[in-house]
Amino acid sequence: MSGSNSYYVPHESSWPFLTTISIIVLFIGGANYMNGYASGTSVMLLGLAFLFIVTYGWFSTVIRESEAGIYNSQVDISFRWGMVWFIFSEVMFFSAFFGALYYARELSLPWLGGEGAKAATNIFLWPQFENVWPSNGPTNANGEFTLVKAGGIPALNTILLLTSGLTVTWAHHGLKEQNRKKLIYGLIMTVLLGFIFVGFQAYEYMHAYSDLNLKMTSGIYGSTFYMLTGFHGFHVTLGAVMLTVILFRCINGHFSGDNHFGFEAVAWYWHFVDVVWLGLFVFVYWL
Amino acid sequence: MSTNIDKLHDDHHHTPSGIMRWITTTNHKDIGSMYLWFSLIMFFVGGLMALVIRAELFQPGLQLVVPGFFNQMTTMHALVMIFGAVMPAFVGLANWQLPIMIGAPDMALPRLNNWSFWILPFAFTMMLSTLFFGSGGPAAGWTLYPPLSLQGGDSFPFTILSIHMLGLSSILGAINVIATILNMRAPGMTLMKMPIFVWTWLITAFLLIASMPVLAGAVTMLLTDKFFGTMFFTASGGGDPAMFQHIFWFFGHPEVYILILPAFGIVSTIIPAFSRKRLFGYDSMVYATASIALLSFIVWAHHMFTVGMPLAGEIFFMFTTMLIAIPTGVKVFNWVATMWKGSMTFETPMLFALAFIVLFTIGGFSGLMLAMVPADFQYHDTYFVVAHFHYVLVPGAVFAIMAAVYYWLPKWTGKMYNEGLGKLHFWLTTIFVNLTFFPMHFVGLAGMPRRIPDYAVQFADFNAIASVGAFGFGLSQLLFVYILFNTLKKDVTAEDKVWEGAEGLEWTLPSPPPYHSFEEAPKVD
Repeated sequence: MSGSNSYYVPHESSWPFLTTISIIVLFIGGANYMNGYASGTSVMLLGLAFLFIVTYGWFSTVIRESEAGIYNSQVDISFRWGMVWFIFSEVMFFSAFFGALYYARELSLPWLGGEGAKAATNIFLWPQFENVWPSNGPTNANGEFTLVKAGGIPALNTILLLTSGLTVTWAHHGLKEQNRKKLIYGLIMTVLLGFIFVGFQAYEYMHAYSDLNLKMTSGIYGSTFYMLTGFHGFHVTLGAVMLTVILFRCINGHFSGDNHFGFEAVAWYWHFVDVVWLGLFVFVYWL
Repeated sequence: MSTNIDKLHDDHHHTPSGIMRWITTTNHKDIGSMYLWFSLIMFFVGGLMALVIRAELFQPGLQLVVPGFFNQMTTMHALVMIFGAVMPAFVGLANWQLPIMIGAPDMALPRLNNWSFWILPFAFTMMLSTLFFGSGGPAAGWTLYPPLSLQGGDSFPFTILSIHMLGLSSILGAINVIATILNMRAPGMTLMKMPIFVWTWLITAFLLIASMPVLAGAVTMLLTDKFFGTMFFTASGGGDPAMFQHIFWFFGHPEVYILILPAFGIVSTIIPAFSRKRLFGYDSMVYATASIALLSFIVWAHHMFTVGMPLAGEIFFMFTTMLIAIPTGVKVFNWVATMWKGSMTFETPMLFALAFIVLFTIGGFSGLMLAMVPADFQYHDTYFVVAHFHYVLVPGAVFAIMAAVYYWLPKWTGKMYNEGLGKLHFWLTTIFVNLTFFPMHFVGLAGMPRRIPDYAVQFADFNAIASVGAFGFGLSQLLFVYILFNTLKKDVTAEDKVWEGAEGLEWTLPSPPPYHSFEEAPKVD
């Protein structure tokens, strides 16, 4: 893979420290924004901009080192374990919100509707409440709302994401066969499908807010719907940006048929985002 | 390409001096030391908060602080001690020890390592700064139960976002630990030949990666419930405040083992060294640790037996919780069996490890009492619970950290600490820790509630004793700091193999070890 035998240990770096600074600025701004102080927004944006610059710098350093061939195969394995466990942590992050969805549907709403162990809440507070999913709770929080139909944009988005999973694999084959055309066109298609997905998702949100009265404030349905699809959409956006970076790297001739961890890491991430979507499609939109 | 390599290699050789060395370092020993010093500072910050609590509770009635500030102290004391003192101490030990125990040049991902450390001081500065806000710091307890936690002042989003940062730091640190252990072992060191401390950290890292993101999810829902109108924890919108408790404790119980599994590893290292025998039942120790870790994901609701769960839930969580006693019992048995007919000596690390076995077991048994649903209805939210988790965390986790510091300090610094002072520190600490926490069992069983600044006069005597113990414990730790500085300024050097009975690769290195631990991987048979 490379000429270097010993494990590469970078000996000093300001990037981690600068990343921390940008996160703390972002968070202080965010907290002030949430507390309703006017200064919060600009501080938050400053932190965000700084975070972009620093991330760019940090990744550039790593890419430069990688291109210089100083990462041996053992370093490559460290990167792989790192990415695998990072994705596992993301799975657990989403499982908290899926857990909230199941808990609400299987336990708290039936109890509020008068079933089982905690029927007293129903008897004393909301005897008129019947549990029917989707629900915005016994007080009909934020009024009646209509669902996004699973057969519409969500089904289309499912097709888009599944197809993008295929195109990224196609590009990967191109990379392994040293077929640049296959690689680059495969990646371009994947990036486009990703951004189209995000566009549809944004359209769906606007439609839900303005026409369906489905909002974050629509009780537990609105809460779980926007939290799950929102964090997923954020991850798709991130994944699409990462794919774009990989696309430019491929155009610049980075990666070889047997050494392309950066490509693979982003492809794994993309498949992870895909799998989360399938869970969303089934449990949020469909059932 | 070769010029590029040379350029990058040249960069290695000039080490920045002064503060920039510490800000930019990617060296596992530098980062380990920063973690340990940070942990020590936070131990005193959290300790001062505990002393405010104990000073107020010295007598019944309200003397020193207003109830609101008392609540901020109980909340912050927990957050600081868990996320600022105990966890960073273990990560610091992992940083120092893992590479030199498995024969690696450094941690697998050195820049990530720097990042996971430097997040901590910033996150804690943000969190602690809320104490100076007009509306004060967070005061709803470290568990942040809604709706109470949503009724605080300006501190709320700062607390939540600092918890996000602490979680990020832990996850990154854990990823690094796993990658290091799985990928950086010396040739010949199979998994079942790894030092037991390495095993316990591997499993701890798994627990961290599996549980910290769930905490992030839980506190994110709190944030959106407060500021963006979601209703996860509001019954009128179809949510449930008890749901937060479920999600929180799904994180919280693995977290408890994150705080104790590395301690098990330390004790399992030190007991054999000073018994001059091999660890009894190495394989069963590994399997017991893994069993405890897996069980930790299906016991969470024992923290909330009184919240009103279906009977089936109460029974399920009661029995799974009691199952944990089996692998834990295996461990205690193995430690005792390791000492059986051993040629034992009682240096300071061994004293702390022995006290760990006895006192942690007391905490384990009170945990078993709490696991029984009908009994827990009586004990819940009393000082009995406080006594229980302080027995597993102070003479448990903290004693193990102290033992580890005494055990490896000569290796790290190349200098031997003063054994007499170490023993004095041990005895003072052990006496005062029991004086502080043992009486809490009695007042708890008699019904004294936790997290309340005032109490009925019948509890006065035991509370006075506990407060005296707490101040004694706090002052004894100043001796620990003195011992550390006293060791650092000595000029006698320690031997490479400091302890006669110690085993492991770290003792084959000089004391202190070279900057890059193992440039060439050693061979392990």
